[in-house]
Amino acid sequence: MDYTNQRTFGHDDDGVVVVIGSGAGGGTLANGLAQQGIKVVLLEAGGLHSRTDFHTDEWRAYEQLSWLDPRTTSGSWRVAQDFPNLPAWICKTVGGSTTHWSACSLRIQPHEFQARTRYGDLEGATLLDWPIGYDDLAPYYDRTEKRLNVTRTNDIPGLPGNNNFKVMYTGAQKLGYECNTGRMAINSREMDGRGHCQQRGFCFQGCRSGAKWSTLNTEIPEALATGNCEMRTHAHVAEITHDASGKVTGVSYFDGNGEMRHQKARVVAVAGNSIETPRLLLNSASGQFPDGLANGSGHVGKHYMRHMTGSVYAAFEQPVHMYRGTVMAGIIPDEARHDEGRGFAGGYEMETIALGLPLAAAFLNPGAWGRDFTRMIDQYDHLAAMWLVGEDMPRDTNRITLNHDVRDQHGLPVANVHYDDHDNDIAMRNHAYQQGSDVYRAAGATDIYEVPPYPSTHNLGTCRMSEKPEDGVCNGFGQTHEVSNLFISDGSQFTTSAAENPTLTIIAMAMRQAEHIGQQMKAQAI
Amino acid sequence: MTHTSLSRRVFLKTSGGALVGTLAFTNGAVAMLAPSRSWAVTTEQFDDHQARTLLTFTRHLLPHDTLEDAVYALVVKDLDRQAADAQVRQQLTDGIATLDRKANGNWLSLDEDDRQTQVEAVAGSPFFKTVHGSAIVALYNNPLAFAHFGYGGGVDDAGYLHRGFSDIDWLPEPPIAVSGTIPNDAAPV
Ligand SMILES: Cc1cc2nc3c(=O)[nH]c(=O)nc-3n(C[C@H](O)[C@H](O)[C@H](O)COP(=O)(O)OP(=O)(O)OC[C@H]3O[C@@H](n4cnc5c(N)ncnc54)[C@H](O)[C@@H]3O)c2cc1C
Ligand code: SF4
Repeated sequence: MDYTNQRTFGHDDDGVVVVIGSGAGGGTLANGLAQQGIKVVLLEAGGLHSRTDFHTDEWRAYEQLSWLDPRTTSGSWRVAQDFPNLPAWICKTVGGSTTHWSACSLRIQPHEFQARTRYGDLEGATLLDWPIGYDDLAPYYDRTEKRLNVTRTNDIPGLPGNNNFKVMYTGAQKLGYECNTGRMAINSREMDGRGHCQQRGFCFQGCRSGAKWSTLNTEIPEALATGNCEMRTHAHVAEITHDASGKVTGVSYFDGNGEMRHQKARVVAVAGNSIETPRLLLNSASGQFPDGLANGSGHVGKHYMRHMTGSVYAAFEQPVHMYRGTVMAGIIPDEARHDEGRGFAGGYEMETIALGLPLAAAFLNPGAWGRDFTRMIDQYDHLAAMWLVGEDMPRDTNRITLNHDVRDQHGLPVANVHYDDHDNDIAMRNHAYQQGSDVYRAAGATDIYEVPPYPSTHNLGTCRMSEKPEDGVCNGFGQTHEVSNLFISDGSQFTTSAAENPTLTIIAMAMRQAEHIGQQMKAQAI
Repeated sequence: MTHTSLSRRVFLKTSGGALVGTLAFTNGAVAMLAPSRSWAVTTEQFDDHQARTLLTFTRHLLPHDTLEDAVYALVVKDLDRQAADAQVRQQLTDGIATLDRKANGNWLSLDEDDRQTQVEAVAGSPFFKTVHGSAIVALYNNPLAFAHFGYGGGVDDAGYLHRGFSDIDWLPEPPIAVSGTIPNDAAPV
């Protein structure tokens, strides 16, 4: 893979589009623009670690890839107690969290785009219908699935199931659930010059074989190869600047030497993942935008969603060795439907998960000690596991704010992440624990463990899209209601979280946005 | 990670202390990896008594009856490294002194139940948290623990595709339609 810039742009070149963040949203957008001949400067706070640099040592990989700049937490969610300075487990590296992701690639269901209409007015939730529907995204979902070689789409065969899958499948069969090896952005055959999955089991650690799709091994090298995109690494954007007319003019960022630089821009697109994106807008407050850039409506940072999550681990008499092979090796989709008869709105997926021994010790029951804890670890090679992931309710009190008492290495106020589970989230989690446990019991489990949520891997909703400017931050293309040449290009746009893992949708929206920006630039609208 | 070897009892003792022992389980996974049955871990910040106290304290925190002391010693080694920081050192040596004081001299001389009661009494204290924080990482992030608990780790770039990723034979084989086939260009390694 070639990551050299074929072309560079001057800091005062005001014809470029600045894209902030090189993950699922930013990396895809940068390539989508560069392919149209648009000049792009891609700014990434992390460094470049290409796949041969990746580690198959969980803690080393964690240190290499994770976003470890300080953050703080508040609220009654258990993560705030277990991991007060680690609300989210996401990345700071070229490729963003697509280096980390396990590549489960699902479409949002049509009804989930109309959550407010379908679920009604739930007390304590700020549900809203998306300004776009399934049909708007469908053609881009098609393109995304082709682009990512998603298994079980376009005649691409499924991945062979590992041991963890076999256990889930057995239990699912007994309960009458559907279960297969899922739609995964992992090559089941050699394709696009990337090899097939080796079933090595280090999907969370970067995937050394390159079988797993990431912007690192596709979009970014392709964007650079066009000669229209310059990537700057270790470039931490501190502020988005604007002129008196309220249009953005560029960004100020700290370069790798800690020096402040300014890059002019015709358009700015923010894709820093849903904690950093609102933090950046809030840190860009000015006389004209006293509450933060594009925050006249007051919604920047609000409605933070992280999905209802939890895991079920189960021990069996015979060995399982869950760590062998893909992390998300099987899925049960039956509970993803909306069915009020279960006592909650929205649905959830059950997906296998596996942690190596080092991370299992840290995450299975954080802070725990004594025999109850070690008994589970003693069963390590006999454990099977699933992750429960479902729609969580947006709330205006679940939000990202600036913590002015804590500063990062650049002296910038850090993000505080506040979250309280909604009653609907709790009811769904209890149901999911029950069903997940039943799956494993049916497969013959001897012990069942309900494991609390890990730090957030899905972060959504903090600059949500809305039909009306007063209800959100951006429109159906991610263009902010207030500033026409400022775009939100990551999961922050999600109006509601839906049950599915979000990244396929983030990528599809970025492809759609790239076209939209191209058209608007051509029309001189921006 | 820790590079403490299970080498023979050959070490230069400067100040500090040492943990020495003999493997308890001759046929265990750890014994298979160890070059010798006797092991030794030296410490720079702790004397023998302090090192032994930390080891035993860790056994109370994360009790695995058949896990060798040699693996627990890796936690002591990690704490020893952290204790190069004077504040951490102070906190740990104070914590040990407090345990001894409450035991009228030597916490290690108490029987297991009494030791356990005292560990429970200090649960949540800064001393306890420092030892726990180190132990939860150091105890489980080394090749000896991997072998003991049956974690295969990273193997090599060929992965588990031909090394048992789907070797369960105690459950029915799922149909190909819900699973998938092994890529046929995959040469066994
Ligand atoms: C362990 C794990 C497993 C996952 N598995 C799945 C899965 O199976 N399926 C799925 O759909 N999703 C999965 N996800 C979620 C997926 O990774 C994210 O949804 C997706 O990567 C988000 O894309 P993004 O563009 O919003 O942010 P990211 O991909 O996180 O990229 C954001 C980038 O912006 C950079 N950045 C942030 N702030 C600044 C700044 N101020 N200046 C410059 N750069 C900045 C960051 O360094 C980062 O590289 C998983 C996530 C994790 C952590
Ligand atoms: S299991 Fe497959 S996708 Fe995951 S890291 Fe290994 S080769 Fe990559």
